[in-house]
Amino acid sequence: MSITLTNVSKSYGNLKANDNISFSVKEGELFGLIGPDGAGKTTLFRVLTTLLIADEGTATVARFDVVDDYKSIRNNVGYMPGRFSLYQDLTIEENLTFFATIFGTTIEENFDLIKDIYTQIEPFKNRRAGKLSGGMKQKLALCCALIHKPKVLFLDEPTTGVDPVSRKEFWEMLKRLQQKGITILVSTPYMDEAALCDRIALIQDGKILEIDAPQEIVKHYPKALYNVGADNMYKLIQSLKEYEHHYSVFPFGEFVHYADQRPDFNKGELQGFLEDYGLKHVHIEPISPTIEDTFMELAK
Amino acid sequence: MKRFKGFVRKEFYHIFRDKRSLFILFGMPIAQILLFGFAITNEINNVDIAVLDHSRDATTGEIINKIAASKYFSINEFIERETDIESVFQKGKIKAVLNFEKNFSRNLIRDNTATIQIITDATDPNTANTISNYTSSILRNYQQELNRDIQLAYQVLPEIRMVYNPELKGVFMFVPGVMTIILMLVSAMMTSISITREKELGTMEILLVSPLKPVLIIIGKVVPYIFLSVINAIVIIVLSIFVFKMPIQGSLFLLGVESVLFIITSLSLGILISTISTTQQTAMMVSLMGLMLPTILLSGFIFPISSMPVPLQVISNIIPAKWFIVLLKGIMLKGVGIVYLWKETLLLFGMALFFIVVSVRKYKIRLE
Amino acid sequence: MDNQPIIQVESLTKRFGDFSAVDAITFKVDKGEIFGFLGANGAGKTTAMKMLIGISNPTSGKAHVAGYDVFTQAESIKKSIGYMSQKFALYDDLTVKENITFFGGIYGLSGAQIKEKTALMIEELELHEVAHQLVGALPLGWKQKISFSVALLHNPKIVFLDEPTGGVDPITRRQFWEMIYKTAHNGTTVFVTTHYMDEAEYCDRVSIMVNGKIEALDTPKRLKEQFEVDSMNDVFLKLARG
Repeated sequence: MSITLTNVSKSYGNLKANDNISFSVKEGELFGLIGPDGAGKTTLFRVLTTLLIADEGTATVARFDVVDDYKSIRNNVGYMPGRFSLYQDLTIEENLTFFATIFGTTIEENFDLIKDIYTQIEPFKNRRAGKLSGGMKQKLALCCALIHKPKVLFLDEPTTGVDPVSRKEFWEMLKRLQQKGITILVSTPYMDEAALCDRIALIQDGKILEIDAPQEIVKHYPKALYNVGADNMYKLIQSLKEYEHHYSVFPFGEFVHYADQRPDFNKGELQGFLEDYGLKHVHIEPISPTIEDTFMELAK
Repeated sequence: MKRFKGFVRKEFYHIFRDKRSLFILFGMPIAQILLFGFAITNEINNVDIAVLDHSRDATTGEIINKIAASKYFSINEFIERETDIESVFQKGKIKAVLNFEKNFSRNLIRDNTATIQIITDATDPNTANTISNYTSSILRNYQQELNRDIQLAYQVLPEIRMVYNPELKGVFMFVPGVMTIILMLVSAMMTSISITREKELGTMEILLVSPLKPVLIIIGKVVPYIFLSVINAIVIIVLSIFVFKMPIQGSLFLLGVESVLFIITSLSLGILISTISTTQQTAMMVSLMGLMLPTILLSGFIFPISSMPVPLQVISNIIPAKWFIVLLKGIMLKGVGIVYLWKETLLLFGMALFFIVVSVRKYKIRLE
Repeated sequence: MDNQPIIQVESLTKRFGDFSAVDAITFKVDKGEIFGFLGANGAGKTTAMKMLIGISNPTSGKAHVAGYDVFTQAESIKKSIGYMSQKFALYDDLTVKENITFFGGIYGLSGAQIKEKTALMIEELELHEVAHQLVGALPLGWKQKISFSVALLHNPKIVFLDEPTGGVDPITRRQFWEMIYKTAHNGTTVFVTTHYMDEAEYCDRVSIMVNGKIEALDTPKRLKEQFEVDSMNDVFLKLARG
């Protein structure tokens, strides 16, 4: 096991940021910690990277204990905290050289690891980090975290606040890194990114809701789910909420994901109800639940 | 070692790329020295005064000429009546009025006494004092000339010598003080801001989760500022010697050693401040209010410690700057050696050690 | 008169030196619309929005917001719009009630109006238990909803939302969008930027900015048809990637 957590709890005053968390990450796994702001992701990362000591429980990274062997962990992991902490007044090249030196290596030594990523920002290597766009900062921060070929990579919300194109590119890079044998623990609030991980842990308010592979997690959704569409989204939501048998009503893009309380749900009945309400072009079809549906269900 | 060098190099990049820091580090010391040296002075020069001469005879004429001839005074106005005195002060330009009584010469010859009233604007008590002193001494001079041929039975003649600063140049007092303040500013405040900046930006997290030993982080932060403080100290001394003609009577080597000792003390104070600040703003506020202000007020820089109430005198003993100023004045102005200054040196050394130990202990290797 | 678009922009440009952050964009927004203003970071969205809300002077072009000219009547614009920024702009060290009172005052509401609005807000958002708590102690989702309501205190004609749902859990995000729907339903125009492409689907029309220019402007449905994809996410990817 590359990372293990056993009954880890951590509080700030009255707020329990991590509540009895246990799970493990295998070597070479791409593991996602999925949850919104305030779920406890950053606190968990800080416990694992030895920046905070948990109130209860134990944890190991690369077989080293986070409290007793913190120095060994600090020598062997890559860490990218939120907000792309880079030196704004140093250039791309200077930032990279700095981190390489700190880790006792050179840019050349492990260049093959960061090559795909670096070539995208190389044309700007003499530009100061402060003047880079969000996507470029993200790539630079990733390079800096990888430059010493760590065994385990911790990425705390690396895609937050970045546009969808850069996010997609970033995950493609992560997948390629995984093939080189690095264990990656990444946290994100974006549910669609969860689908790209080997396994995910859904976390909300300090607690783990469920851990499994993405395809398995959706099986935890307890009811049959349907896409319902009509000509007026607002009216559709209102009417569905007034339908007495509704179990869950959540807008998803141009449709509403609807689940009924009854196992013997009748599409036609609902269609009639909605058309009576004045809605047109009513459209109901069964769909498979997504991770987001599952998350919302488990978080209730 | 390579790690450490890489870290120090980054620190220098930060310093030289931040225009504001550069201004504080280099511009301010020079500006302060020049300011204190040329502009701010306790002496008076060409002070505007007015004369109310009720007699207008030969004697008053002579006295008035003597006063007009001195570089300290400039006779701006001649007023006619007593009632004008109030209004001439209120106008604001006049700082003193000399009021000669009626029949001055006649009174002097007949009764052997004539009175001159010196009225000063005491809204600035220091200047008022100085004016009345200078005026009195000019009058005393005149008196001596008058009485040149008369031998008094008993005379006590005060012979005044101002040792170590014969020309009573204010700058001699300010240079040690300003040097102390600058070194404290650069070493304590800039260091504390530099460390808290890493915390504020979040890069401290990455530094901690790396093979770089935490103690090297502190030392790496501190090393550039040692260099810069030393350079500043040299600049200040050079300016004092060549621009203000202030001589360094004592050993330059001893001066250097004591300066380094003080710099180290200030640096540890800077590190200590950084351990209790989470933002750069806090670090700056604590440095200014908690360090600079007491130093300026209680170190003997501007206000003599001996004139302070006893509790404050006691407190001033724990301010490192106080001892450093004593050392500076001793070496620069009096030319004494370690033989006389060993007590202060030991004290400063003890303080340096104490602050280093406390700040290292308080420095956290984790985030809380 | 009421058929006039509430936002009218013609060749609006903002240049910094010889770099055009916003390059001659033209579009209009109708009253009561939910208009999605999308684009990658650095595409010029924020710069454009700043011009529309009257806090940045355009270099050239024309723009009218709520009937006022952005060049000459910026102050009037500010009075007619609501704005909710990314960071939610509430004071963490004031209570919920105190925040509402403060912003109500800034928007020129009378004491009686503030009282009325406060009661209404507490009722609608179910804030009874937390009305006297410091905002800093509330979860992100609540802050966000309060912030949105505060932006609407003075019944503005348009409300500008700058990435209002960043980082919040999926349930709260949807509750927030229900609030947006209700607001639009009541006649307030909503101008919103977001990075969540599924939220783009909730909008009546969407514009996508790339390198300072508007490269797409239509309803989500027609954009998907145009680019032959199933989701707004894919529309975005196709546009930005080319």
